Amino acid sequence: MWDYSEKVKEHFYNPKNAGAVVEANAVGDVGSISCGDALRLTLKVDPRTEIILDAGFQTFGCGSAIASSSALTEMVKGMTLDDALKISNQDIADFLDGLPPEKMHCSVMGREALRAAIADYRGEKLEDDHEEGALVCKCFAIDEVMVRDTIKANSLSSVEDVTNYTKAGGGCSSCHEKIEALLTEEMAARGESFVPAPIKGKEKKIVPLKTPAIPAPAESVPTVAPAAASAASIAPAKMTGVQRIRRIELVLAAIRPTLQRDHGDVELVDVDGKNIYVKLIGACTGCQLASATLGGIQQKLIEDLGEFVKVIPVSNNAPVTVSGV
Amino acid sequence: MADIYLDNNATTRVDPAVVEAMLPFFTEQFGNPSSLHSFGNRVGQALKKARQSVQTLLGAEHDSEIVFTSCGTESDSTAILSALKAQPERREIITTTVEHPAVLTLCDQLATEGYTVHKLEVDGKGRLSLDKYRELLSDNVAIVSVMWANNETGTLFPVEEMARLAEEAGVMFHTDAVQVVGKLPIDLKNSSIHMLSLSGHKLHAPKGIGVLYLKRGTRFRPLLRGGHQERGRRAGTENAAGIVALGKAAELALAHMEHESTVVKALRDQLQEGILATVPNAFVTGDPDNRLPNTLNIAFEYIEGEAILLLLNKAGIAASSGSACTSGSLEPSHVMRAMGIPYTAAHGTVRFSLSRYTTQDEIERVIAAVPPIVAQLRKLSPYWGEHGPVAEPEKAFAPVYG
Repeated sequence: MWDYSEKVKEHFYNPKNAGAVVEANAVGDVGSISCGDALRLTLKVDPRTEIILDAGFQTFGCGSAIASSSALTEMVKGMTLDDALKISNQDIADFLDGLPPEKMHCSVMGREALRAAIADYRGEKLEDDHEEGALVCKCFAIDEVMVRDTIKANSLSSVEDVTNYTKAGGGCSSCHEKIEALLTEEMAARGESFVPAPIKGKEKKIVPLKTPAIPAPAESVPTVAPAAASAASIAPAKMTGVQRIRRIELVLAAIRPTLQRDHGDVELVDVDGKNIYVKLIGACTGCQLASATLGGIQQKLIEDLGEFVKVIPVSNNAPVTVSGV
Repeated sequence: MADIYLDNNATTRVDPAVVEAMLPFFTEQFGNPSSLHSFGNRVGQALKKARQSVQTLLGAEHDSEIVFTSCGTESDSTAILSALKAQPERREIITTTVEHPAVLTLCDQLATEGYTVHKLEVDGKGRLSLDKYRELLSDNVAIVSVMWANNETGTLFPVEEMARLAEEAGVMFHTDAVQVVGKLPIDLKNSSIHMLSLSGHKLHAPKGIGVLYLKRGTRFRPLLRGGHQERGRRAGTENAAGIVALGKAAELALAHMEHESTVVKALRDQLQEGILATVPNAFVTGDPDNRLPNTLNIAFEYIEGEAILLLLNKAGIAASSGSACTSGSLEPSHVMRAMGIPYTAAHGTVRFSLSRYTTQDEIERVIAAVPPIVAQLRKLSPYWGEHGPVAEPEKAFAPVYG
């Protein structure tokens, strides 16, 4: 059985705001019965203030899907639409005191429904090519789609590469067989064959015991360049290509201090439509912080840009040409 | 009120008499059965007795046909890999789409290693077509591995007839019988089954003990080589306490065999009728006319299985589900998909599996508890209206992504 928090259980056993809101003026549907979970979010929005007066959900799904729906409706009530859009799936999971890695998609579904409902209210069309695969690495919650895309984009050929790029396999290592199988398939597709790494002794680093380093002081927060600041105030949908790239840089700049604390860094390499190619540098590989994972960076970018993007790690600054992605 | 355990196809409670029988083998009877001295010899005698009890339960001709293993999965792997190793020129395997992962995952792996795996499909009630099976039997087939009863639906396969057909074609036959042993009478000496797997913890023995039945004369290659234990067919020091426990559990299972097919079956039928009479849009999956006496699998439409289980658990009732969410995968149970159960129902399947400990009172409490739980979840479901499912659920719901 899953290790659900007390908060998840509470919201599952006694869900708040179940059922459709009467006089709703915003509806967001996500999921489908074939996937095993589907959520309809209904909102009543004050047209003058854009404040969410009431929220209700109808969910077909498991315990955490129902709990995430209930949590979401509690969170958004009383918020303006703009504030509600800032809620991330991690916020929903945090509100519930966390979700098991296999269940994080329930919180993603909550956030997607919220975006869909707000788009519905504003008469906007929401495009989503949300893609999810079976979980490969449970330690870092990396799915098959992410592993395959990264192998393709970078022509990776070893498990170690995959770990360096995606973190998949960097924890308990029990998913290495699955990663090898994916490498074998993807390499065969590009006419190569997978050769496992030779068995070798691992160098052991001896780290003297000492008190942890004090976190970097506030001045390490990057100062915002004027041009970038103006980009931040422009609505995402109306951005030019350059403004969009500046906006992406801004998001990465906000994440950077966290990475630098762990002696890592992130660099923007290229932007090609929905694909954002970044270079992860330094100690990010083994880091357990959610904000340092590709998924974390991708989530932040999706939230800020208000569109679905895919973050793909690459190794060098050369322009990336990706076929078949 | 005590909690109600209706998940006996997952595992069973160890019978107190079994616990009592095995306990001395942790303390004073600690000898290694291979040793010459009296410490070892007494344990050796106890193993011999246990082997005979299992032999009797299975209706095997010789006690040497019983090979103790660690679990059902080990028995399955041993059987299939042995057949491949002993007949390297045969590169095909016949199995079914609804096997337990112990067989299916192994076969999928073997397929990547160049073996051809034929998976027989089932119809809407989970039944096999023997015509298709006959066509597949050939000199290229190393082994047929077909489960006796399905763990999710309880549906029985005609393995005795299939084994006969295999023997006529000169093909080895293995059956994973972990759900059948102890629930239905078995008479292996009069069957053509070459190998059979059983698992102790499905019949009120503890976890960690299993058996591979190996008909005398069947060509065999061990999975574990080493010492001479189990006549060299399964090396490794014997799990003496587990073997003694399984012996006792086998005796008890034989004594309760009639109880299974009368009392337990009647309780199961009562549960089925009680639920179907009060819950709309629910149906039995599998073949109701040909299934294990203790198993009931019901699909509740438009709600999801994990949510049902969590609410049942809160009401003190333990069951299991074939929903995707209970396993952490993205797809509902492969058994439900193989039978073509629509997604509207496949995610909402719940398995109730009874045992000889199940009481009338418990069944009545479950019959009372299920309808409000289903109603509560349907009230939350976007596919369920005030009086039933919404018209054309897939169209009424317009997701931005699916």
